[in-house]
Amino acid sequence: MTSSFGPWLDYTINGLVVGNIYALLAVGLALIYGVSHLINFAHGSIYMVGAYVGWLSITRLGTPLPVTLLCVVVACGLLGVLIERVALRPLRNAPRIAPLLSTIGVGVVLDQLVQLTFTADPRGVPSQVPDWRIQIGGGTIGALDLLIGAIGLASALLLFLFLRFTKLGWAVRATALDRDAAQQCGVDVGRVSSTVFAIAAALGGVSGLLVGMYYNNIDPNMGYHAGLKGIVAQMIGGMGNVPGAIAGSIILGLIESYGIAIFGTSYRNLFAFLAMILILVLKPDGIFARGRGQAQEPLTGTFIAPSAPVRLPWSVIGAAVVIAAAFPLFVKSGYILQTLGIAWLYAVLAISLTLVAGTAGQISLGHAGLLAIGAYASALLVQKMGMPVALGVPLAGVLTALIGTLLVYPAFRLRGHYVTIATLGIGEIVTLVILNWDRVTQGPIGLSGIPPLSAFGVKATSGGWIYEISLVLLLLLAGFQYRLQRSHLGRTMRAMRDDDVAARSYGVALDRYKGLAFSVAGFSAGVAGAILAHVYSYINHETFTSQVSLMALTMVILGGLGNISGGVLGAILLVGLPEVFRFAQEYRMLIYGLALLLLIRFRPQGLLGTE
Amino acid sequence: MAANLLQVRQLHRTFGGLTAVNAMDLDVAEGEFVSIIGPNGAGKTTLFNIVTGHLAADAGSVHLAGKDITGFAPEQLATLGLARTFQHGRVFGNLSVMDNVLVGGHTRLAAVRPTWPILGPVAELVLALVRPNSVVEEEARQREKAREILTLFGDRLIPRIDNPAFSLSYANRRRVEIARALALEPRLLMMDEPTAGMNPSETREMMEIIRSLKHKGLTIVLIEHKLELVMQLSDRVVVMDGGAKIAEGPPQAVASDPRVIEAYLGHGAIGGRDVAATEVAT
Repeated sequence: MTSSFGPWLDYTINGLVVGNIYALLAVGLALIYGVSHLINFAHGSIYMVGAYVGWLSITRLGTPLPVTLLCVVVACGLLGVLIERVALRPLRNAPRIAPLLSTIGVGVVLDQLVQLTFTADPRGVPSQVPDWRIQIGGGTIGALDLLIGAIGLASALLLFLFLRFTKLGWAVRATALDRDAAQQCGVDVGRVSSTVFAIAAALGGVSGLLVGMYYNNIDPNMGYHAGLKGIVAQMIGGMGNVPGAIAGSIILGLIESYGIAIFGTSYRNLFAFLAMILILVLKPDGIFARGRGQAQEPLTGTFIAPSAPVRLPWSVIGAAVVIAAAFPLFVKSGYILQTLGIAWLYAVLAISLTLVAGTAGQISLGHAGLLAIGAYASALLVQKMGMPVALGVPLAGVLTALIGTLLVYPAFRLRGHYVTIATLGIGEIVTLVILNWDRVTQGPIGLSGIPPLSAFGVKATSGGWIYEISLVLLLLLAGFQYRLQRSHLGRTMRAMRDDDVAARSYGVALDRYKGLAFSVAGFSAGVAGAILAHVYSYINHETFTSQVSLMALTMVILGGLGNISGGVLGAILLVGLPEVFRFAQEYRMLIYGLALLLLIRFRPQGLLGTE
Repeated sequence: MAANLLQVRQLHRTFGGLTAVNAMDLDVAEGEFVSIIGPNGAGKTTLFNIVTGHLAADAGSVHLAGKDITGFAPEQLATLGLARTFQHGRVFGNLSVMDNVLVGGHTRLAAVRPTWPILGPVAELVLALVRPNSVVEEEARQREKAREILTLFGDRLIPRIDNPAFSLSYANRRRVEIARALALEPRLLMMDEPTAGMNPSETREMMEIIRSLKHKGLTIVLIEHKLELVMQLSDRVVVMDGGAKIAEGPPQAVASDPRVIEAYLGHGAIGGRDVAATEVAT
């Protein structure tokens, strides 16, 4: 009996431990959501910082466990207060999506700062608990498992006591119920926000330290997925619901642990993201939501800052096109031309995203998924089915339009922040399906030897060809999109973005126009991804990561949401120039993060204004 | 018996423990002007939201021109000719005045908006990109019509026709909303407090515009607190309180109905109700 039962007990214990770690994250996220109606995307990074503070404190100062914990709590608590002050409080009256994007920027900056300081190499965190395990049934429980459980329970209890019996705790609850009313009654809402961020960040940091000890392994990118898991756990339990967040975390931990037992480790994240999409679509208020209130969706509102777009005169655009087309006459370096050609393809990605995020108001953080679908589609069509490249590329665009729209379709009913989270999850799911569907995609090995661009027997391998082909593609797609945005479709999509309730009242079927926006965007991004595959000749599941999605969104916001020339400008500034000058390779992501933060704070309408 | 254009039967809706609309009946004949009045919280806007498809009813039915439209989505109702304005005004802030009105005429786009399943959206995209003559002409007609509607408001909106709606004054945004509703060429126009937040002269101006719509034979349902407007324009007034209809009839009869006076001033009211009462008294 025990021999067949033992492993399951181990998986259960592992699920509970992991669930406890998620709970430390999710509780903080729920508290923050409660008082600020904000999903804190920087939370995973705080968790990572907690792990590094703990590692530093143990290895450099030789602190014993209680002191290590104290260091982590204090350092992360202060970090939380700092984030709230610098990145969020100034955005109190900004459009609702602004603070969310700001936390994404903070997360990137923290990850990059730690990576630049301590390198990307993983580090081991010495476990500070005795190394014994006790047998229970067929499974075992170690001292660390118990410690994690105890810390989870203790912080839940402390939090309960704080919220229930202290004056500040009452203030937190009052603010969560009604911020304005609390302020009227003399609650210092700013202080409440600081307190909540401090508590949440401290819990998140402790969680990071415990994970570091549990797996004896930390690295600067460990926070990204952990933060997302915390968000998923919180969604399962219901946004802003603290006990729900704990329950959701345990459920998620167990789902993952059993899922790994049955399917294997590489499926771990897939379960979390599928669970997230399911919850968003079926029970967006969480599994514990009961009854029915008036449909309140506090997270709606677009990022469109009222502004008059800068209309570039046709003469300027014409001159820019001529200069761009003639560029290869003056620059002979194949490397530079190919690099700039790739920048034009990223400009295609930017105009594709600006249609979805700007014109149609669906802020997507999974846009790299479309590149990946296009890249794999064309590579497979050409390699496995012997299709000519000139046919594979456009067909990949059509397939991406279809698959991309179908994938996002469940998110059509969502609004505001939820769209952003859902698209982020869908982007991750695309990557994970590519990783796990190895019969077709060759999994982590990737596809190599993808044939170069060619048509009618002529191979376009030189930098000059890649440059011109990409430029022509960009001009064609930009021209189409310009015509679309000036038609009744552009008007209808912008109406849907500004006020979807009013738009519906005037007969605008939202699904139809969201579907059209994602289809057109999917086609453009798919073609760009397909060409990238033939230029790179090798792709795998990590070629188009969430970092690419984030970069695309930064380009779009930099140029001005919905603004086609703005998207191209954003791509030139963020991809073209840094590549050409080979400048600051390792600082690239840090620059994107900082650019995003500063833009949202100081020029949310972007350089050329929103359309 | 002349069929009613709008027929609401035994409509019911609760929020948690609160009954917002209770066994509500409402009939509006073709060409009729019906006002719904009642203290704040009486359920007027909830009734509006159910009829216009923004909220689901717990029980009861809604018929438009004899067709059962209970539970229809707002976009379907727009196609059937039902237009509404919103209590707090919901214009498309980043769209120009012209574009706001053009979106109002969205359901009237035929050439560019084929209704075929699945292929319809694809055809719409192709038509929007290729723009054959039929599409260009339709767009020109729509613009012409929008301009005509905007001239109803004198020189309030025409000089600002290309300005984004967020740059307009509050009163002008309310006007844009009505212009947008007219662009739908409604069979039934439902207006939720079109003069809220307007000063007396703006209110009078709006009253004349609504009067002219009435004279054109448009069927109108109006929620309004300003009784002067209600008394002058309505063919019939429906009074709601606590989610139910407490009185109904010609304006003068309703105004002297003791139940109505009690609803506004009675209950020995202290607190919340006073606000409604003062507003009505002005």
